[in-house]
Amino acid sequence: MSTSFHLNGAAVAAPIAPEASLLAALRGPLGLSGTRFGCGAEQCGACLVLVDDHPQFACTLPVSAVAGRRVTTVEGLGTPDSPHPVQRALLELQAGQCGFCLSGIQIRAVALLRETPRPSEDQVRAALEPHLCRCGSHNRILRAILRAAEEMAPMEAAPRGATP
Amino acid sequence: MNLAFLGPQPADGRPKLPGSLQVNRRLDQWLRMLPEGAVVLTPGKVELGQGILTALAQIAAEELDVALPRIRVQAAATPTSPDEAVTSGSLSVQESGMAIRHACAEARGIFVGVIAQRSGVSREDIVVRDGDFVAPDGRVLGSYWSLAEAALLAVEATPDATPKRADQRRVTGTSAARLDLPEKVFGAPRFIQDLRLPGMLHARMVRPAARGAKLVSLRDGALPNGATIHRDGSFLAVLAPEEHEAEAAALRVAARAEWAVRDTLPDHTESWLAGAPGEASTVLDRVAETPEPAHRVSGRFFRPFVTHASIGTCCALAQWDGARMRIWSHSQGIYNLRADLVKAMHLPAEAFHIQHVEGAGCYGHNGADDVALEAALLARAHPGVPVRVLWSRAEELGWGPVSPAMLVDVAAEADAEGTLLRWTQHVTSNGHSGRPGRGALPTLLAASILAEPFAVPNAINPPLAGGGGAQRNAVPGYAIPALHVGMTHLAEMPVRTSALRGLGALANVWAIESVMDEMAAKAGADPLAYRLRQMEDARARDVLTRAAEMANWSGRVKREGFGLGLAVARYKGTGAWCAAVAEIEAAERVFCRRLWLAADVGEVINPDGTLNQIEGGAIQATSLCLLEQVRHDARNVLAGSWEDYPILRFSEVPQVEATLVARPEAPPLGAGECSMGPVIGAIANAIADALDIRLRHWPFTPENIAKAIEPTCPN
Repeated sequence: MSTSFHLNGAAVAAPIAPEASLLAALRGPLGLSGTRFGCGAEQCGACLVLVDDHPQFACTLPVSAVAGRRVTTVEGLGTPDSPHPVQRALLELQAGQCGFCLSGIQIRAVALLRETPRPSEDQVRAALEPHLCRCGSHNRILRAILRAAEEMAPMEAAPRGATP
Repeated sequence: MNLAFLGPQPADGRPKLPGSLQVNRRLDQWLRMLPEGAVVLTPGKVELGQGILTALAQIAAEELDVALPRIRVQAAATPTSPDEAVTSGSLSVQESGMAIRHACAEARGIFVGVIAQRSGVSREDIVVRDGDFVAPDGRVLGSYWSLAEAALLAVEATPDATPKRADQRRVTGTSAARLDLPEKVFGAPRFIQDLRLPGMLHARMVRPAARGAKLVSLRDGALPNGATIHRDGSFLAVLAPEEHEAEAAALRVAARAEWAVRDTLPDHTESWLAGAPGEASTVLDRVAETPEPAHRVSGRFFRPFVTHASIGTCCALAQWDGARMRIWSHSQGIYNLRADLVKAMHLPAEAFHIQHVEGAGCYGHNGADDVALEAALLARAHPGVPVRVLWSRAEELGWGPVSPAMLVDVAAEADAEGTLLRWTQHVTSNGHSGRPGRGALPTLLAASILAEPFAVPNAINPPLAGGGGAQRNAVPGYAIPALHVGMTHLAEMPVRTSALRGLGALANVWAIESVMDEMAAKAGADPLAYRLRQMEDARARDVLTRAAEMANWSGRVKREGFGLGLAVARYKGTGAWCAAVAEIEAAERVFCRRLWLAADVGEVINPDGTLNQIEGGAIQATSLCLLEQVRHDARNVLAGSWEDYPILRFSEVPQVEATLVARPEAPPLGAGECSMGPVIGAIANAIADALDIRLRHWPFTPENIAKAIEPTCPN
């Protein structure tokens, strides 16, 4: 009983019941605990992952639903030696307190910046609306994502008429 | 609360030492040197997401004269770490930081002394350069690392060490990056929820169907693969090798359990508070003859039960080998937890080895201690097998201790110019501290539902000298000739209450700062000028003036639908000063759009970390006062999901500007809680500015605003 998919670029088989959640598969047999359990009801965003580049709540998604697909978790975004620009910006701005919400928020930011390379602050806020932070790090997180956007798509390189 | 809770220590003839060093005097309890060139720092305070480990590392690096990366901070563990009681009350820099500052200064002196003796170079001539001891001619005479094995720190601290003067400090006072944040950003397994032990069983609790319900029967039935049930009285849990199977088993078992339920919770919280039996006491009484007042303001301020609402849920692991109980816990006070585990499990203290592991954000006494007992009980029933318990979202919001509902009754009198003459304030509340380790009975959730149950001890309000609970910040920081502050501590505790960030200060500062604004309005005075002329505390005036400048208070322009309000307080009357100006927008509901904060925390160890805490507290306070209340019916807390207990979301978060008043020579004061009361007061006053109504009910929702618009009796 296992489900095969691509996790952070590598082929994996998750030895877990197909109805178990992707979150249970990641944190359990696959041993990647960066994706967080926060509510189990798609209400906090702590468990967000990318499935074929689209953000999905791993807490309610059966692992069978990702068979053959590409899943990206926070561990797949970057490493201390090679951080993703969002991760670099979060650390530069010390944009976190407990850090528990940050995995899901990073995934959301990466998805946002792919669709909207130069978002306004309001667009970032709107994108992060499904995510809860209890420590009050919101403003730093917003600034970090805007900084990452700048680094990834400098103003002069941004296509004209980019998604408003 | 923390060590301050203990109050003055009995005179034992030993010299007074700073902070927690007073009760943990051995230097090697605090630090040790490693031959490979590192310092292991072992504080008893723990990381809650507030950045304390980084601040403590900075203090150690400063006094030892070593580079910051050489400091390795080790998480607290019993029985080896210093017992620093609880990491709470904005006291970790004072208690742990000042202990470490002194201990490291003393350690440095001891090492330099030994090197001087061995080398013949006078100790005054030896310079410490990143851990090397250097002679005037440049010779390296030795290092902390070369003497690491010499057991030089196996001694008690003395009062003789002299830490650096403010003008000599280079590492503290700088915004060092958080030591723990990279792992959290990259998703490395650092949280307790990430900890996996070989052969571990996953456990889930099956909670009673109502508060105080008793388990009558449990129907038999199939369970998922390998799952088992553990029952002890009404303590009911399931265990399974796979986590998702434990979750599935918990749902099935819950459906098969029959509980004897009864009504235990009050119908209407505010009426209950007003009528419930309790013990009244005087907090402060200053008698003075005062003339007939020209202005009176009075009001009853109601705050509902509110809760922690951490984004992660409580978790613990335990393993029992027949003699030793190992526990991994995100408790704020591992020794306090141990004391209650001893009572609840009838095991000796020595049996428990509790390792702190970081959890998600912690804002007070949540369920971290409760889940540790649950894990330990289950581990005892499964010798040799590690057991991991994780709470659900519903348990996190519904079964952890909550912060008490409160009434704050205020009556103030002033002369024709508005100068305060008389003030009475009476606070009615359950206790704000039900922390473990302080009484004869365990306060841990499961203890009261075992087959041999313990009574639930009533939460307490520590004395004001120890920070207080319900009465925290009930004494206004203004010049008032006649002042009476009282408190009623309720005898019944229908919902288990305990400490949440700020304790009683949030409601008290809201009430005081609302009344100050109302009195200013009666006297026709500007709220800023009105406060300033009645504040004797220069540091309070400074933060208020600064915040008002940041917000351009004097140049403010009235905008339809918007309001501006300010408030100020010194946290606990002994802690940090903070002033807040809030701008709100009264739309379909109230939004806080901007906050300007000025704080004085004395010496600042890490300015960026301090500002992060102050802003975080401000945003959390905004959420608390605009949105939050724990709802319940006669039997249960109704908080199954985030829909039942909404907190502020990104679109609602105010812009925040925060600044620190520099006081490098002044003793450091904690920053985590000081902004909360002032922010709530400022928001309430901004709502009054926008809508010309005075809110008496928290949260400041359209429903409660409507209550304030209804005509009330004139004062």
